[in-house]
Amino acid sequence: MTGMEQPRSFAGRLVDSKLFMPVAAIVSIVVAWEVGCRVFSVPAFLLPAPSGVVVGFQDVTVSRWGEHVWATLRVALMGYFFAIAVSIPVAVMLARSELLSRTLYPLLVVIQSTPVVAVAPIIIVVLGAGDTPRVVITFLITFFPIVVSTTTGMMATPPELIELSRSLRASAVREITQVRLPFAVPYIFSALKISITLAVIGAVVAEFVAAEKGIGYFIQFSTSFFKVPQAFAGLFVLAALSITLFQLVNLVQRLFFAWSLPRDGR
Amino acid sequence: MSGTGTVALSFKGVGHTFQTRGGAGVEALAGVDLEIHRHEFVAVVGPSGCGKSTLLRLAAGLIFPSTGTVEIFGNAIKEPPDGIGIVFQKPTLLPWLSVADNVLFPIRHKRGRASKGERDRAMELVDMVGLGSFADRMPDELSGGMQQRAAIARALLLDPDVLLMDEPFSALDALTREEMGFELQKIWARRPKTVLFITHSVSEAVLLSDRVFVMSARPGEIVETLGVDLPRPRDIDTTTHPRMTEMSAHLRGLLLKREEAAL
Repeated sequence: MTGMEQPRSFAGRLVDSKLFMPVAAIVSIVVAWEVGCRVFSVPAFLLPAPSGVVVGFQDVTVSRWGEHVWATLRVALMGYFFAIAVSIPVAVMLARSELLSRTLYPLLVVIQSTPVVAVAPIIIVVLGAGDTPRVVITFLITFFPIVVSTTTGMMATPPELIELSRSLRASAVREITQVRLPFAVPYIFSALKISITLAVIGAVVAEFVAAEKGIGYFIQFSTSFFKVPQAFAGLFVLAALSITLFQLVNLVQRLFFAWSLPRDGR
Repeated sequence: MSGTGTVALSFKGVGHTFQTRGGAGVEALAGVDLEIHRHEFVAVVGPSGCGKSTLLRLAAGLIFPSTGTVEIFGNAIKEPPDGIGIVFQKPTLLPWLSVADNVLFPIRHKRGRASKGERDRAMELVDMVGLGSFADRMPDELSGGMQQRAAIARALLLDPDVLLMDEPFSALDALTREEMGFELQKIWARRPKTVLFITHSVSEAVLLSDRVFVMSARPGEIVETLGVDLPRPRDIDTTTHPRMTEMSAHLRGLLLKREEAAL
């Protein structure tokens, strides 16, 4: 019989499992890194071994970590939600009016093309101390993808759906809320996923310029004292924070907008 | 079946020119005159790009004629009129709504809320098109034919006098297409409607309609009107009826001849 399936070996099943290969890849990199550092005795202030990073992590108390994470998380989330609150109405206006689109779009492109890192010090000077300048910097780095994707999604609504809406003489508000915006949901979520990681970058950039707390500040502070293992520990905390936020956005989409995911991704 | 008196839809000397970006217009329709009686099933056939869909969009009040008038029950159409239902070539269901909510969509979209009675009516229509057990499914869980059934139920929700169908079965496979044709006929028998059915399938046009209008290539004009005298209800046997074969052959010949002349 040709259709008979051979019983898979243990190794074969391991390779098939979804988690095994990525975990194996990460473990091998960490091992190679550790071995490399030891064999070539790389000084810890240049490249600490993973074990050194763990020690660096433990040198800072959990409550200190908590304070830094919270400072970064707070700014990232405020900037992110501020960006969503501004971007979606702006996208609606861009999709509604050709005149506005022609007027505003170049302006948005100019803002997007200006490196936020370069503008950050100016914003800090103008807006002073506190979270406000950091939230604004985060906002500036996150809003553009949301505006562009939402507008694209609304414009991609099939013409037949718009004709259906028009044949019912529905109000412009309902055309937007019941047809165009829902249609844009998959587009909006792909932007939200990009923007949440950008929000963390924005918060860190702001902390580099001026802050007394936050992971970005912590990394800069640590490197200025050559505490490179600690800086690496901060880097990993930051990556973990970013990945967690990204997965949270994924989860929200899966829970509340399952229809917007491809069939096999639900 | 035709000629019961009341004219539901009429086109009087209708021409339509699309404005293109270059400035020069494209003449889609020229001098179209036709009358469709109440509860009459009328098909329009013609080569692609002959303005069949333009005809339908004019009747829907989505576009307006450059010359002449389009009237629904004697009133010139100046905005999308009440009492029409549209079925498009693609089902165009809203992917975030269940089948039942998609069928109910026109009421929610027009008025915001749906009453209990209207929700019951939607369910009735879902049942009528044979989707009773799929009411809570999402559109992408349905086959193309089932999606188009839902789209037909949606078009019937507001109990329109006029049903405008723009090549509704052309995206379906041949077997499903035939089955949907018979299904539509049953629905039409149970809830008589004035139907304007756009198609490029000659046999589909003959099988379903009381009258078939043949359009020429751009600019579209009505070049022939054919009364279909096949007995109703029509079924699988009708497809092999000698009159059916004869009329289909005649129309096909007409379309081919015109196409050759155009080359």
